[in-house]
Amino acid sequence: MTVDLGLTSDQEAIAELFDGFFSNESPTTIARAAEPFGFDADLWSKVIELGAPGMGSAAEVGGGEASLSDLVVVAEAVGRSIAPIPLIEHLAALAVLDDADLVAGSAIATLALRPADADGLWRLVPAGVVADVVVGVDGDDLVVVRSAPPMSGPRNHASAPLADRSARTGDRTVLGPASAFQPVIDRWKVLTSAALVGIAEAAQKLGVDYVMEREQFGVPVGSFQAVQHGLADLPVLIDGGRLLTHKAAWALGRDESGILDWRSNDITDGTALAAMAFVFTSDGAAVATDRSLHYHGGYGFAEEYDIQLYYRRARGWSLVLGDPTDECLALSDRLYGPVEN
Amino acid sequence: MDFSLSDDVLAYRSKIRSIVAETVTPDVIERMHTTGTFDAPELNRALGTQGFLERATPGLGVGDPIELWVLFNELEKAGAPYDGLAVALMIAGVVNLLGTDEQKERILPSIISGEALVCMGYSEADYGSDVASIKTRAVKDGDEWTINGSKMWTTMAHEARWLILLTRTDVDLPKHKGLTMFILPMDTPGITVDPVHTLGTERTNATYYDNVRVGDEAVLGGVNNGWRTMVSVLAFERGVMGGSNAAIPLLRHFHDWAQEVGIFEQPITRERMARAAIDMQVASLLTQRSAWIAASGGSPGLEGSMTKVFAAEAYQRISRWTQETAGPLGLLQFHEAGAAGEGFVEYDARHSPVVTIYGGTTEINRNNIAERHLGLPKSR
Ligand SMILES: Cc1cc2nc3c(=O)[nH]c(=O)nc-3n(C[C@H](O)[C@H](O)[C@H](O)COP(=O)(O)OP(=O)(O)OC[C@H]3O[C@@H](n4cnc5c(N)ncnc54)[C@H](O)[C@@H]3O)c2cc1C
Repeated sequence: MTVDLGLTSDQEAIAELFDGFFSNESPTTIARAAEPFGFDADLWSKVIELGAPGMGSAAEVGGGEASLSDLVVVAEAVGRSIAPIPLIEHLAALAVLDDADLVAGSAIATLALRPADADGLWRLVPAGVVADVVVGVDGDDLVVVRSAPPMSGPRNHASAPLADRSARTGDRTVLGPASAFQPVIDRWKVLTSAALVGIAEAAQKLGVDYVMEREQFGVPVGSFQAVQHGLADLPVLIDGGRLLTHKAAWALGRDESGILDWRSNDITDGTALAAMAFVFTSDGAAVATDRSLHYHGGYGFAEEYDIQLYYRRARGWSLVLGDPTDECLALSDRLYGPVEN
Repeated sequence: MDFSLSDDVLAYRSKIRSIVAETVTPDVIERMHTTGTFDAPELNRALGTQGFLERATPGLGVGDPIELWVLFNELEKAGAPYDGLAVALMIAGVVNLLGTDEQKERILPSIISGEALVCMGYSEADYGSDVASIKTRAVKDGDEWTINGSKMWTTMAHEARWLILLTRTDVDLPKHKGLTMFILPMDTPGITVDPVHTLGTERTNATYYDNVRVGDEAVLGGVNNGWRTMVSVLAFERGVMGGSNAAIPLLRHFHDWAQEVGIFEQPITRERMARAAIDMQVASLLTQRSAWIAASGGSPGLEGSMTKVFAAEAYQRISRWTQETAGPLGLLQFHEAGAAGEGFVEYDARHSPVVTIYGGTTEINRNNIAERHLGLPKSR
């Protein structure tokens, strides 16, 4: 038997390390304090000490040689703690970059999720507020641009460090054709999916803890079946999202090209699986945060309670890519063949 | 995590695929939809003759539980009538786990050769979700047990050689404690079978037990130990034996029809097709997880509850929108000219309601998840 749906012992150690690190160094007070731009420079310098920014890079350039599946474990921990650092964007961008300062983490990299517009502007780049280097598509090319980060950006739903960045001004290098961006965006989708699984899991825990503590009619509200059943839908969204995300990471890490046989539900194509994981976990995180907030009653709507932090990030971290319907249409093209329209 | 199937499993899968291609002909599928008996003896025998049923029986087989998952996943995706076989192998697993040596020798060969089916008599007219309250009585007199009562929903009773029957043996004990499971031949005198026809064409039965006499050799898993036997059966049932990719044949039929009539280009249809593919991947991975847990020596009861709730509702969502998209042509039944997806669109809209009911309703499964996974108190 080769199927093995457990974490490796290394990955268990990684999960323990990062969950422990974030719960000590990044309780939700840190995420709150970092609003509205969602970046904590101190916390970033601490993850540098852990070697996290270069974790997935090759040993020759000083990286940690971690697999994408290992990085998934880290990204989940980022999601669970909503740590205000652009680790996911950085790790995704490093799929095609290996400058020493990026591997070390003394400079921050990110990716532009959509091609530059006619004026050469990348709109609403995640981590655009703080990134020193942006990789993305401009016309037919994949380019990397080094320029001074603006250190501010528009206030937004998720308090995420989003900012517009120029694809043309600054130190610009062409890395290859636009198609070379695919591995970067696939990697970002997988890592973001993992973070969304983490968000969903944290939201579930906040909800369960709250309904056990809050009493109405003389009993914990968690003893009402309507409340229980609303929460009982969440574990399968979390576990299903985690399995799908790991399958995508596994598929992208293989040398062989994958299978796309939807007729027998046999799919090992990494790009398709990354899109699937992204759509599924975006929905799962939205549902989990929504249910959890709802079962807090009025307090869930109060700024003071943490569920609102997760509610906003569940939406923001995924919608930066675009309407999930577009992701579904692209997936449909890949699975069933493109249509003309 | 490693999602690759070993070469052995891949070889096994391709053999299963070729047996399915040979035995599950359009006629066999047609027969299932006219008789309502969801079983294909020719398939069972072909699998049995090649030793695949023995390999796949939980706990007995040389094959690992991944093979059991592969077997039923392939049958389900092919749209094969496999319900009879799934129950038979599940009970073979329970006999192997809890049966005496004499029972194993007497019963197992008939099942793993693909010759004999088993039906399950737990539910009664008045007790379904609260199955521990059933009233069918078994009373011991000397060396003999006498069984009286009736069961509802005894699917496959009209074809099965064996019956597994949940009875009350002690009325003074708390409801879960006074139950005993029996396994007996269906031709034992005193058993009668009446057909019950359903919305989804599937035929099931009401069965009646009038002074049915058996000896101790029919007790499975110990007197007053029937609840434990039930729990082992349910762990298998909500595990890996089909019931998670039911929409795959529907999606094939719908896709081909939608392409043919030129409505596949609609963005809403393509979006839904993509979401359906995602749900089917997730359902398949969750089932694979149950198989993997079983292969690693665990018992995937709780994971099975999660999988069942998710997969059943996904199938219902998909069968609803495929029918809506097809409009009036989605109302036409098998063999009617123009029927969407050759009539499968209409059929699945009729069949899918049952999947959130049988094998434990979604509410019972959500109770299970809330209490055992989330640690919430017993509900009120
Ligand atoms: C086609 C078919 C085949 C079947 N085959 C078999 C078979 O082979 N052998 C066999 O033994 N049985 C079989 N069954 C029976 C099946 O297991 C039961 O139908 C099922 O367990 C539900 O029981 P019930 O129908 O009595 O519904 P009830 O238990 O009366 O439930 C009615 C409704 O109330 C809800 N409900 C009940 N209790 C609770 C609770 N505690 N909390 C919240 N909601 C609750 C249920 O979810 C359901 O929606 C079959 C059923 C069907 C339809």
